Amino acid sequence: MTSPNAASPAPGASGTREKLLKFIAPWKVPALAVVTAMALGAILIAVAGGDPLSAYSGMFEGSLGSPRAIAETLVWSTPYILTGLSVALAFQGGLFNIGAEGQLALGAVFAALVGYGLPGLVGGSVPGVLHVPLTILAGGLAGAAWAGIPGWLKARTGAHEVISTIMLNYVALNAVSFLLNGPMKDPAPDNVIARTPLIADSASLSPILSSFRLHWGFPLALLAAWGVAWMLKKTTLGFEIRTVGANPEAARYSGMHVGRTIVVSMALSGALAGAAGAIEVSALNHRHQLGFSQGYGFDAIAIALLGKTKPAGVVPAALLFGMMRSGAPRMQFLTQIPVDVISVIQALILLFVAADVMVRRLYRLKGERERVVITRGWGS
Amino acid sequence: MDYRRYGFIAAIVVVLIGIVVKLGSGQVPAGSIVSSMIGTTIAVATPLTLGALCGICCERAGVVNIGIEGMMLTAAFFGWFASLYVSSIFGVGPMASLLLGVFVAILSGALMGALHALLTVTFEVDQIIAGTVVNLLAMGMTGFCNRQLFFGAGSAFGGHIPRAPGVLPHVRIPLLADIPLIGGIFDQQPIALIALVLVFVAHFVLFFTQWGLRTRSVGEHPRAASAAGIDVLKVRWANIVIGGAIAGLGGAYFTLESVPSFEPLMTNGRGFIALAAMIFGNWKPIGALSAALVFGAAQAFQINLQLFRDLIPPKFTFLQQSSVVGLVPYVLTLIILTGVIGKTTPPAADGVPYDRERRS
Repeated sequence: MTSPNAASPAPGASGTREKLLKFIAPWKVPALAVVTAMALGAILIAVAGGDPLSAYSGMFEGSLGSPRAIAETLVWSTPYILTGLSVALAFQGGLFNIGAEGQLALGAVFAALVGYGLPGLVGGSVPGVLHVPLTILAGGLAGAAWAGIPGWLKARTGAHEVISTIMLNYVALNAVSFLLNGPMKDPAPDNVIARTPLIADSASLSPILSSFRLHWGFPLALLAAWGVAWMLKKTTLGFEIRTVGANPEAARYSGMHVGRTIVVSMALSGALAGAAGAIEVSALNHRHQLGFSQGYGFDAIAIALLGKTKPAGVVPAALLFGMMRSGAPRMQFLTQIPVDVISVIQALILLFVAADVMVRRLYRLKGERERVVITRGWGS
Repeated sequence: MDYRRYGFIAAIVVVLIGIVVKLGSGQVPAGSIVSSMIGTTIAVATPLTLGALCGICCERAGVVNIGIEGMMLTAAFFGWFASLYVSSIFGVGPMASLLLGVFVAILSGALMGALHALLTVTFEVDQIIAGTVVNLLAMGMTGFCNRQLFFGAGSAFGGHIPRAPGVLPHVRIPLLADIPLIGGIFDQQPIALIALVLVFVAHFVLFFTQWGLRTRSVGEHPRAASAAGIDVLKVRWANIVIGGAIAGLGGAYFTLESVPSFEPLMTNGRGFIALAAMIFGNWKPIGALSAALVFGAAQAFQINLQLFRDLIPPKFTFLQQSSVVGLVPYVLTLIILTGVIGKTTPPAADGVPYDRERRS
């Protein structure tokens, strides 16, 4: 929605100023939401017996204080960008994908399967130029298939995706646990935990600089953000997704296949989450181990909303969340405050972004409130 | 019609119990297997029923509530913490501290309900997002408090976890509990019994009182209700807070009735299964109870399958894996949601924020 007070800008210096203000305007509320949540977090830290100042400076130090810290922040941000995009893309299509966590787990499992299994299957080593893309593709396809199920159920029977994606999360986690304890368990004699064998070197996404963990998955995630933005803005499919999301009745009336678009939106959303899992396997852990996900799929919801469900907003939101997560250990070390305080702050950010009226009243901001409508009950 | 649904439920429950009876028949008398499975079914159905009742309160008044999971989790933690605190710091007896815990659980559920009401009714936030806020906040808060209060800098018990005051004792209804096979229904812990009673109370209130009529009219056609002099926002607030309190009682089940401990994320999706039970039960308390019993039976099946795992025929050894049987309730929820058993109809205004100034 464009703001109605965007009158014709005056020429000259005030023109650039107005342009700047116009540029800042949509980010005012999210920024203030972050600030407010951090302030409440500071109170929480103080109540818990810690020093908020040293907590936050520790977080800053741990996330941006050194080249290594910055690299870690980007490592953390990579899955956040992809899962955030996943949820945001679904939002654009009027769908709420809470299943990113399960799609990510399955993506990681299938990436690991291709990563360690493919050389044996073709009877020899696979060149990295082929193996790495195949590994990530496997993850993406697994995520797409898994997310396609709730999409299909919604299109076909009207089963609401909020419940079906959550149920599929639990199914995925149980299935993964079964696979990692059984058919895909690392057969090494000293292994007692639920994990797959290491993937082949040819399936590994290499680090950008050999001294840091930062890997080529990060630029890939940025590329994905650009790709999703382009798809939504410039392609027929993107137009259909946005139309179905904004008004399914109008979309149906104008001859679009609403059901098919729902399935495609969900599948694309799942592909992004699955790719996030695959990149984690290919670039960082080099295997899938039970319980490696740090709740990326749930943080992704907050990231997508903070980024206003747009790819251009998801990237900075994901970077912010990556900063918080990478800085958390240092913060805990300095103040003895459990890292879980980060989850509370993230939930508060979501709270203030969702209830933008609160922020607007608190800071006496003028202007229209924005109404985010994702879904209308169970019927639609 | 609802009859198809009840028939489906009865069939599932009978099949699940039948499989276990067949499995264990060589070792344990069928009668005791049946009664123990009925007991487990009801115990497992308890939080689901209470969660579904919370959902019905909210949604009959026109507010979608996917935050039940978070409400239950919050209540489970704070109820448990309160009972632990008074029993170990103030030396209160186990029964009194458990009851205080239940009270605190109900209160914290109601507070989370108030948060949901503030967001959805007062600030007209998208209701699904508001529910997600409730859930994420609950996950973060209980995780933080759990670690902080037991292990962190400000730990409440000086770094060691005190002995819990146990769980709520069984209440045996005389005579009825002595009936063979189904007697177990009347030998339950208190929250389970209250849940059963609440189902019928909710049914009565919803369909036979002025309060229920008002609630339903607000959920079906808020503008007409408003024209008839009903304060839509007030009715919604009240229903969500009451619903939160009921979910809070459901949360108390986890830490004060089922096991005397708290695990992070221990509600494990039960709040969402409760929603599915509500939908399957067509937004009616008795329907929701019946759906909750299916899930209860699925869980009882899973638990008993673990007991008799060595007796599972070789063809089905994959069933020995707990993760495989663990799928059953979730897959069942999916099947039920897809409307195999017939369409359900939500209240007409469900999910639509009420704006006094807008015409619709």
